[in-house]
Amino acid sequence: MQEYAVPFHWRKFKERYNLIGSKCVHCGKYYYPKRSICPSCRRGGKMEDAKLSGKGKIFTYTVIRVPPSGFKIYSPYVVAIIELDEGCKLVSQVVDVDLDKVEIGMPVKTCFRKIREDDSSGLILYGFKFKPDYGEKSIPSTSN
Amino acid sequence: MFENTRPRRDVAIIGTGCTKFGELWDKSLRDLVVEAGVKAVEDAGIYGKELQLIVGGNMSGGLFIGQEHTGALFADYLGLNNIPAIRAEAACASSSVALRIGYLAVASGLYDYVAVGGAEKMTDVYGTHATTALASAMDQESEAYCGSTFPGVYALMAKRHMYQYGTTRHQMAMVAVKNHENALHNPIAHFQRKISIEDVISSILVADPLRLLDCSPISDGAAAVILAPAELAKKHTDSPVYIKASAQASDSLALSARRDICTLDATLHAAKHAYQQAKLTPKEIQFAEVHDCFTINELIAYEDLGLCKKGEGGKLMESGQTMLGGKMPINTSGGLKGKGHPVGATGVAQIIELVYQLTGKAGKRQVAGASTGLAHNVGGSGATVAIHILSNKL
Repeated sequence: MQEYAVPFHWRKFKERYNLIGSKCVHCGKYYYPKRSICPSCRRGGKMEDAKLSGKGKIFTYTVIRVPPSGFKIYSPYVVAIIELDEGCKLVSQVVDVDLDKVEIGMPVKTCFRKIREDDSSGLILYGFKFKPDYGEKSIPSTSN
Repeated sequence: MFENTRPRRDVAIIGTGCTKFGELWDKSLRDLVVEAGVKAVEDAGIYGKELQLIVGGNMSGGLFIGQEHTGALFADYLGLNNIPAIRAEAACASSSVALRIGYLAVASGLYDYVAVGGAEKMTDVYGTHATTALASAMDQESEAYCGSTFPGVYALMAKRHMYQYGTTRHQMAMVAVKNHENALHNPIAHFQRKISIEDVISSILVADPLRLLDCSPISDGAAAVILAPAELAKKHTDSPVYIKASAQASDSLALSARRDICTLDATLHAAKHAYQQAKLTPKEIQFAEVHDCFTINELIAYEDLGLCKKGEGGKLMESGQTMLGGKMPINTSGGLKGKGHPVGATGVAQIIELVYQLTGKAGKRQVAGASTGLAHNVGGSGATVAIHILSNKL
């Protein structure tokens, strides 16, 4: 990812820190990241902010072994498409898991993490990643 | 909305020009454009002054060589000032979109002679920078933000395709082996090297399950064709090739926002439109160039183009039908994997392979009796798809 000035990230802080997406009040579909027009209903729909549960399942995943700039210290790491309980899909890293234990269908939940190495301007990016959701039991984190 | 598009007149390709594809360290972007452009004009047997419009595909002159405004640059270095020049950009589908714009210009009756092409100079920056440039075709605010890469996005498709349909590691490797084999017979190809299944599955992992030899290379190259109305084509060549269909469709940039992770809906829509225009069914396509930027995408293309049922791309590969000499050879040029993938040039380079096949000039990779072929070009991970169907009969 290339480096941007602060506003590029700053205007997204609220939705990235709190996992806020959009819900179309007309058709009931959820979206993340936010959209201002519902692709299904267009002008017939109406979008409002929706705090997402942050819980879902791994729909598909990969292990990035040739990372882009800013992500070298995390490599190799898991990038997955997560299907949230609300039904919408989003892309995120999955952490706190052994690479060979990741599988499609694995329950996951959000955790608040540093997203990438600090860029040359010193900007530190935080946001959500996902980790395995073991339900009630809490299992101490091992990696990443 | 697609059904109502009808050309005012038929459009022909009357000349082609292509550079060698590969790491061309002694050539700049403008050198490549001039080489392909001049070859195309000479092949068409016209004078530069007869050209009325240039449309050039270029994905990211800005990130690869710090040069935007490449439409006018191409006109300038081709010595074609002051005709209008347009740069078309749709990531790896840039030059198919350029072709489509040129097609629309001629089909509408507004212009007679139009030069369309595409070029990319990818090896003037280091690998990491090239990766970042390619990643700019993804959604920056979701995919790039979380550290995904371009191979990573296709790996997400591959993993799900394997899970959902039982597609195998071996089937994907077969695509790379086939396309390298075809490239052996193509003098412009980036790679002239036979590879084995073992080579593919033992190459380094880039993004699981994709390995290095599942990925198309970073190449330099340029390709150009000259368009003219069908009624003027015979004046310039004994073997014009006609554009029977030109279709394009869009989808979300982010893979996660798609209806189905294992299907390129943009291919479905563009293919439907293209088959309608050409009045053909998928079975009547004799051969095709499809967008094998990663091996999985050739298998998905088989399915989405209707060459087999959804989920059976791997089986079609195993059947041997898509190999040279098979019932429906795919990527006779070597594809993006073997021929190389200078992103902005790829779409028109696919078209040139179709023209070679349809005019009987494909040498050792000639498809016997070729009369109708299809080119399928994907931008990003499927946010743009352009499909053209060509024939040597009007």
